Amino acid sequence: MATVELLFSAQPEHVRTARLVAAAVARRAGVDEAVLDEVRLAVGEACSRAVGLHRSNGVTTPVRVVLTEEEKSFSIEVGDEVPGAGVAAADAAGVPGSRDAAPAEDFDDADGEDEMGLAVIRGLVDDVEVSAGEDGGTIRMSWPANPDAVLG
Amino acid sequence: MDLSLSTRTVPGPNGDRTVVEVGGEIDVYTAPKLREQLVELVNDGSYHLVVDMEGVDFLDSTGLGVLVGGLKRVRAHEGSLRLVCNQERILKIFRITGLTKVFPIHTSVDEAVSAAD
Repeated sequence: MATVELLFSAQPEHVRTARLVAAAVARRAGVDEAVLDEVRLAVGEACSRAVGLHRSNGVTTPVRVVLTEEEKSFSIEVGDEVPGAGVAAADAAGVPGSRDAAPAEDFDDADGEDEMGLAVIRGLVDDVEVSAGEDGGTIRMSWPANPDAVLG
Repeated sequence: MDLSLSTRTVPGPNGDRTVVEVGGEIDVYTAPKLREQLVELVNDGSYHLVVDMEGVDFLDSTGLGVLVGGLKRVRAHEGSLRLVCNQERILKIFRITGLTKVFPIHTSVDEAVSAAD
């Protein structure tokens, strides 16, 4: 079951809040302290991307973050509500026949940030799924967790 | 924590360098402020920049995009953009994106200011 669910309006200033909440819940779920920086960065990238998609497509609904504590893992799902965006994301994530990622030198400001964000997520997180849907896209990430190691 | 920025000019063996000291978090919300600062410096004729990231607590791909944008701008004027960073958590982001090959990364401001172009 979902441990914590967070909805926030697609504003850049709320991404920091999502990072802080995700890191706090991950710590409680028993995610290793050494990995918390990665959780913070990955969830920030996923949320920044969702905020950018909502804003550039004029979507006014909130971005959804679902933090789930499982028996031996901790997962985060970040959902956007931009139809077809997930398809582009799946492309960039290396699905066969996808467009090639732009070389680093081509990244400038807004251009290519979407791809760079996903590149960071893929570099950081071993277990990532990017899915597409009529109602929007979802990035699901999970990390090993040992709840028994958490005191209190 | 919000982003803090301060700039100063430091003379080096190869000419003046503009050191931009960045503190706090560089993310989707704060990165535009850093972008404005870099654009302003280049527009004012500062083409040799050293971005001191020792006070940075958090950096994401939006911040990386701004630094790459800054690099492109100074290169258009045959300038340079060097980074100062010793923090493993920040260096890791440059490593996984392959940007360690794009930016010269130094361990101190002195070293960056003294570096030959």
